[in-house]
Amino acid sequence: MMKNRSLSFWLFLTPTLVALALVVFIPVLEGLFYSFTDWDGLTYTKMVGFQNYIQLFHDKAFINAFWFTVGFVIVTVILLNVIGLGLALLVTQKFKGSNFLRTVFFMPNMIGGLILGFIWQFIFTQGFSALGTALHMSWLQDWLTDATTGFWGLVIVTVWQMSGYIMIIYIAYLQNIPNEVIEAAEIDGASAWQRFTKITFPMIAPAFTVCMFLTLSNGFKIYDQNLSLTNGGPYHSTQMLAMDIVNTAYNSSNFALSEAKAMIFFLIVAAISLLQVFYNRKREVDL
Amino acid sequence: MSKKSRTTLGVFGIILGIIWLFPFYLILTNSFKTPKGIFASVLSLPVHSTTDNYVNSFKALDFMASLTHSLIITVASVIVIILGASMGAYALQRNKSKLSGGLLMLFISAMLIPFQSVMIPLTANFGSVHFLNMWGLVVMYLGFDCSLSIFLYQGTLSSIPLAMDEAAEMEGASRWQIFYKVIFPMLSPMTVTVAILNIIAIWNDYLLPSLVLPQTQYTIPLQMFNFFGQYTKQWHLALAGITISILPVILFYLIAQKWIIKGVTDGAVK
Repeated sequence: MMKNRSLSFWLFLTPTLVALALVVFIPVLEGLFYSFTDWDGLTYTKMVGFQNYIQLFHDKAFINAFWFTVGFVIVTVILLNVIGLGLALLVTQKFKGSNFLRTVFFMPNMIGGLILGFIWQFIFTQGFSALGTALHMSWLQDWLTDATTGFWGLVIVTVWQMSGYIMIIYIAYLQNIPNEVIEAAEIDGASAWQRFTKITFPMIAPAFTVCMFLTLSNGFKIYDQNLSLTNGGPYHSTQMLAMDIVNTAYNSSNFALSEAKAMIFFLIVAAISLLQVFYNRKREVDL
Repeated sequence: MSKKSRTTLGVFGIILGIIWLFPFYLILTNSFKTPKGIFASVLSLPVHSTTDNYVNSFKALDFMASLTHSLIITVASVIVIILGASMGAYALQRNKSKLSGGLLMLFISAMLIPFQSVMIPLTANFGSVHFLNMWGLVVMYLGFDCSLSIFLYQGTLSSIPLAMDEAAEMEGASRWQIFYKVIFPMLSPMTVTVAILNIIAIWNDYLLPSLVLPQTQYTIPLQMFNFFGQYTKQWHLALAGITISILPVILFYLIAQKWIIKGVTDGAVK
């Protein structure tokens, strides 16, 4: 055992505690303070109360980014969980090549969001229009030139990137279901659909919670894909929350407003995570 | 499952796999085309295939330099995180007081804070002491990524009995020796997981290094972003650049796949 007053206890914790304070806690407190000032990134002249917070609710770019992000999160959470679970069910069946497919589906996850966005910029602008011409489908033309195709472009990139990740998590839970249970149900004459709804689905419910919250908080935090795929354009119409905060600081040099936006962003992301903790506790009690 | 439905599933899976790989196919084939070739047909295989794109983008990306920077930063950060987090988790797990519980909560609560909420003061502070460079970045990664790693190590440590420590102590080992010689080796499965999770995140990170690194220390994603800005609409070069820059990650994935899948699963599920 290590005592509170023992030197080694503190020595062992020094590197991480110092780094955490320098990198996270001191800056976040400074940021909170600056969000109540007229800070310009270097100095501030006075406290302005809640002025920045009032301003951000009238900031069209922020409001637009908020609703764009909410829409994006709703669509991607549904798609990622449906497709991720679908892929997991597929590759856990025993057929030739199922292991290879696992490798394929997870591969996009290894590549960073920035480069993924560039890859898909080519697919959407060049590949889609070539396909559209070949198949005589006009809706495949001019992708990423308006908010709608920009939105679906971001959704497709995210689904392509993250489905394999969600699949991996579902697989981990699917493999925990004892084979005997499934076999017993099969002998009792349960159909494949009944086996899925009555056995598999209830038994992977915890995976569902994990994946729900993972996709939820990741969706809110997306930045790189947004930057490299649409750069928020055209006319900021596909700018998501994280990007709006970065641009408010580094493009508009409105540092105090950016901090206020970042604090609201913090509240949203933290609320989602705390909801997850609460939900998990409740479920563990129920069991 | 019947043989027939197994075949049907297999065929369906293969079609889905092809759709999944199609973006890679397009990038790879078009990276060998001339600008004219891309303009003539995006979907076909290259007619007059050329490797000029690769030679040119390799130079323009200054690829060996950015690869070196990416490697140094990733390796240094991951080593620092593994050491710092395992030591921290060990101290917290072997101390059952309220204080240690509170400190663990402090680490975990840091995970709730999004990067955007700290980025401006963080870069201003590091800038004021002239630490906006690789080594400052390594410290930042330790601060941002130690929480999850401590949390993961903490779980594994609770399954290592205290008797291990006590036996070593009886033989006269110091606290550091107990940790370094007895405990740390027993943590190695979790060390692999911690390493994998951090390698993927740090290797691919863009926003933080873009605010911290001087141009002489650019990593692959930063160099890619610059490169893309310079060669907009010159897809033949851009695609070769993309292929070069994802090659190291794909190779790493194919070699270390088993550990990567395990690491990613542990990181999400635990």
